[in-house]
Amino acid sequence: MTQTQQQPMPTSVQGPAGPANQHAPAPASTPRPRSLTQRHMPWWVSLVILAVSAVLGAALSALMTFNMAIWFILTAVLYVIISYGVTRAKVSRRKATDTLWKHLVYLAFIIALLPLVSVIWSVTSIGIPGLLEPGFLASDMRGIDGTIDRRSQEEGEPVLGGIRHALVGSLLITLSATFISVPIGLMTSIYLVEYARGGPLARAITFFVDVMTGIPSIVAGLFGAAAVGWFLGVGNSLGLGLPTRSTMGITAAIALSVLMIPVVVRTTEEMLRVVPNELREASYALGVRKWRTILKVVIPTAISGIAAGVTLAIARVIGETAPILVTAGFIVSNNWNMFQGWMTALPVFIFRQFQNPTSPNFSDPSHQRAWAAALVLIIIVMGLNLTARLIATFLAPKNTGR
Amino acid sequence: MSKSITAKDLNVYYGDFLAVEGVNIEIAARSVTAFIGPSGCGKTTFLRSLNRMHEVLPGARVEGQLLLDDDDIYAPGVDPVSVRAMVGMVFQRPNPFPTMSIRENVLAGYKLNGARMSRSDADGIVESALRGANLWNEVKDRLDRPGSGLSGGQQQRLCIARTVAVKPEVILMDEPCSALDPISTLAIEDLIAELQQEYTIVIVTHNMQQAARVSQNTAFFNIAGSGKPGRMIEYAETSTIFNNPSNQQTERYVSGKFG
Repeated sequence: MTQTQQQPMPTSVQGPAGPANQHAPAPASTPRPRSLTQRHMPWWVSLVILAVSAVLGAALSALMTFNMAIWFILTAVLYVIISYGVTRAKVSRRKATDTLWKHLVYLAFIIALLPLVSVIWSVTSIGIPGLLEPGFLASDMRGIDGTIDRRSQEEGEPVLGGIRHALVGSLLITLSATFISVPIGLMTSIYLVEYARGGPLARAITFFVDVMTGIPSIVAGLFGAAAVGWFLGVGNSLGLGLPTRSTMGITAAIALSVLMIPVVVRTTEEMLRVVPNELREASYALGVRKWRTILKVVIPTAISGIAAGVTLAIARVIGETAPILVTAGFIVSNNWNMFQGWMTALPVFIFRQFQNPTSPNFSDPSHQRAWAAALVLIIIVMGLNLTARLIATFLAPKNTGR
Repeated sequence: MSKSITAKDLNVYYGDFLAVEGVNIEIAARSVTAFIGPSGCGKTTFLRSLNRMHEVLPGARVEGQLLLDDDDIYAPGVDPVSVRAMVGMVFQRPNPFPTMSIRENVLAGYKLNGARMSRSDADGIVESALRGANLWNEVKDRLDRPGSGLSGGQQQRLCIARTVAVKPEVILMDEPCSALDPISTLAIEDLIAELQQEYTIVIVTHNMQQAARVSQNTAFFNIAGSGKPGRMIEYAETSTIFNNPSNQQTERYVSGKFG
């Protein structure tokens, strides 16, 4: 044993230029590099290439008609091509291919990012004036008619009216939908992860949850309206004295929960699955029952992910328009009652302000309100996403002191 | 406290697959018994059948009798949860509950079962369990810090404290030192020697020196080939197993000729 260790293996010690290579050459397919370093380009070369492609791009786009967008595109394309050529000529083919694909990946990312940046930019720039209008968040659309809007547009008077009723509606409907969906979705995923053991019922549930994910939102809205209408009809035929019209906030919440439940199931299922089995076994080994193990070990361990998933599900449905339009209708005044009367949500408000301006001939004030409401909606969704991240960070099990 | 364990013709199955066949063993109360054998021979499977943790896995079941003193834990009508409350288990990898502090981890057996207790009772349990696990001096000033912030060896002793805190009759240990460094291993082995005064301890180990150091009796398990059931080949006093085994397979294993 010790002897073999003292005698080094010749092939592993002698370098590629050593005598071993001369009478036993390596296979041609795997040539050994002659040295560890290869040719490389100084760091500033890529900046020079960028500058050259920018100039060339400007020149080329000036041949047509100069335009920022065309200039950017030409610059990007030229930069990718020139860097490939230069790297191939000066370094190596492998490095050039690597550079080419790296640049293509970056380019794809930028292209994917463009719509997002563009949406945020346009909504912010167009929506800010409306948002800064005094009373935009604190007033509703009651009493705002065509004459007021005409005066705003023609005589430059401030744009009146606001989104208070839409904010209240969105808040109530989304919160109620959350209260309906989270228990159902969480319990479904608990069944799938903890109890089902991959049986036919679990596979059926998973399949139908996937189907539910793909349900068009308008179908969910029609389902909500039909289901509540049927329920009210049956209830009234039994003499319960329920309202006769199904158009109210709770109907919209039920429709939204149809959209929310599959999202909650999928996200919480993932989170419960990543809870290590060792923790469940540790709990069982202490003589703890299964339901207590789930309630006190599994869910607290996964709570950060569950909360983040629920927040993302809320963000997903808060922008829904169609199901709310067909279930809760549209009003101009404030309504806090989920069980009586119509309600407006922010997306419906935006839709109505665009589609049916308060004054058809003087639509600028309506459009301004719509853009401002869109800005508020985007801010809410971004806030929810940030909240999800914060929740995930703060509730995550702490691993300090390691 | 502490009970003896008797297995009579115990077969352990995963679904249709017979994993361990025909184990007959008598484990005395207040002793340390080591299970040794090559990987996959069914030591851990058999150990997990001793507190019905085995059947947590889908399709797993057991045939035969397993007596805790005189009670068959596989008799009809026996609640596996109460068996597990009596037979505690320490796992291969330290697994303190990450959402709980050190103190809560020790009290987990009570808290998770919803037991109510006064602050002073709880403090008493925490201190005695942590002292029992030789961990008190290291953590007494940071009981409210997360248990996952401790070192691996400390975490494993915390898991032992958690097990001891519910005052089981038997403690099963599934390779408790395989993820630990030699110093932490020594601490756990010292602890096993102390716990033996009060508890029946069964330990699975791949480390034969460890088996020789900590146990009075040793059972050697082996498997004829992959897909075949594991069997208990020999069960005797530890000194006999290591110095004068009666079975040739045992001799070949303990002398390092295979496995």
